[in-house]
Amino acid sequence: MARYDRAITVFSPDGHLFQVEYALEAVRKGNAAVGVRGTDTVVLAVEKKSTPKLQDTRSARKIVSLDNHVALACAGLKADARVLINKARIECQSHRLTLEDPVTVEYITRYIAGLQQKYTQSGGVRPFGLSTLIVGFDPYTRIPSLYQTDPSGTFSAWKANATGRNSNSIREFLEKNYKETSGQETVKLAIRALLEVVESGGKNIEVALMTREEGTLSQLEEAEIDAIVAEIEAEKAAAEAAKKGPSKET
Amino acid sequence: MECVFGLVGEGFAIVAADTSAVHSILLHKNNEDKIMLLDSHKLVAASGEPGDRVQFTEYVQKNVSLYKFRNGIPLTTAAAANFTRGELATALRKNPYSVNILMAGYDNESGASLYYIDYIATLHKVDKGAFGYGSYFSLSTMDRHYRPDMSVEEAIELVDKCILEIRSRLVVAPPNFVIKIVDKDGARDYAWRQSVQDVTTAAV
Repeated sequence: MARYDRAITVFSPDGHLFQVEYALEAVRKGNAAVGVRGTDTVVLAVEKKSTPKLQDTRSARKIVSLDNHVALACAGLKADARVLINKARIECQSHRLTLEDPVTVEYITRYIAGLQQKYTQSGGVRPFGLSTLIVGFDPYTRIPSLYQTDPSGTFSAWKANATGRNSNSIREFLEKNYKETSGQETVKLAIRALLEVVESGGKNIEVALMTREEGTLSQLEEAEIDAIVAEIEAEKAAAEAAKKGPSKET
Repeated sequence: MECVFGLVGEGFAIVAADTSAVHSILLHKNNEDKIMLLDSHKLVAASGEPGDRVQFTEYVQKNVSLYKFRNGIPLTTAAAANFTRGELATALRKNPYSVNILMAGYDNESGASLYYIDYIATLHKVDKGAFGYGSYFSLSTMDRHYRPDMSVEEAIELVDKCILEIRSRLVVAPPNFVIKIVDKDGARDYAWRQSVQDVTTAAV
């Protein structure tokens, strides 16, 4: 029986960890995912690439709860995601058991990132092929947070971010259009950002949000998403018309 | 001596527990809540070694939560009871927990239920159950007056009869009790029955 102690992720002569970079490639091929932090709402939106007609959509949820007050969306290898999410859920309960307190969003992000890093520096294993977007409200302070982790194990807090397919375009859009929002405006911003790269329509996006008041994750129904998309399209059309209008007169 | 008892009524289950925290001859506090909310629709009334009681019931509670996050739906009362028994059984011949448990729950499919789980991992689904010296009195009282289709008011009357019996006949009867109920609307506090409250007197 071969011993699983040989490192697979090793440095290249010019200081790269190729396995980690290849993992990032896997992320780049995954579904687009967007996260936006508002003043009292946090939103995650993920693209749903052509759902097979016979598939039960409830079993293929892309946005999951880690605990009552923390949710996660990811881009990349979904099977790796299952393992990471399971470990994170256990850690959430373990923290509650030993510290008699729910985790902060930063704590669980640090834990997940720590796991991802461990797998870049252990024998016989490869890095996890996914980047995560983690949102939630801290217990007691109820401060909203959005964090991102990646296969290298780095993490940081964001006001808004995207990962997966075309994440650069989405991030550009967010940088141009981000402003402090709350409630429904935050949801709209997230969907608008995702629609930059995803075909319009409720059946192509999965959206979930958490409000400070509610405290738990609620998934939006297809009809609700369609309604918001329609609103966004109308706003876009109005903006276009306003731009064309004055120039016609002159 | 710790008293825990409970019964099942029409669409609900009620558990009552004394609220004394005792160490040898000292009463630490008389408002110790020994009935834990396992999840939105389950109650666990536990008696026994205080350290084990908290450690074990919190461990079960967190594992029940974990199941809900992993699977998207909560455990049934029967499943939670069997999990609890399994943990007690595994620990029994290594490092046993000295905890007796009455687990009450409400499931939409099967209604209200009560499970008797003792410290050596006995598991029984029961209509009424009790632990401790108080059980000699509460079980007999419940046997005399219990009916399967009792309303909440009737059940509380019976619980009060049991508490009265314990208070008047048990030599070291605990002064205070807490009563909790679980039904289709969830698990919640019902009432406290206090004959002694913490007294703070000014120094003379």
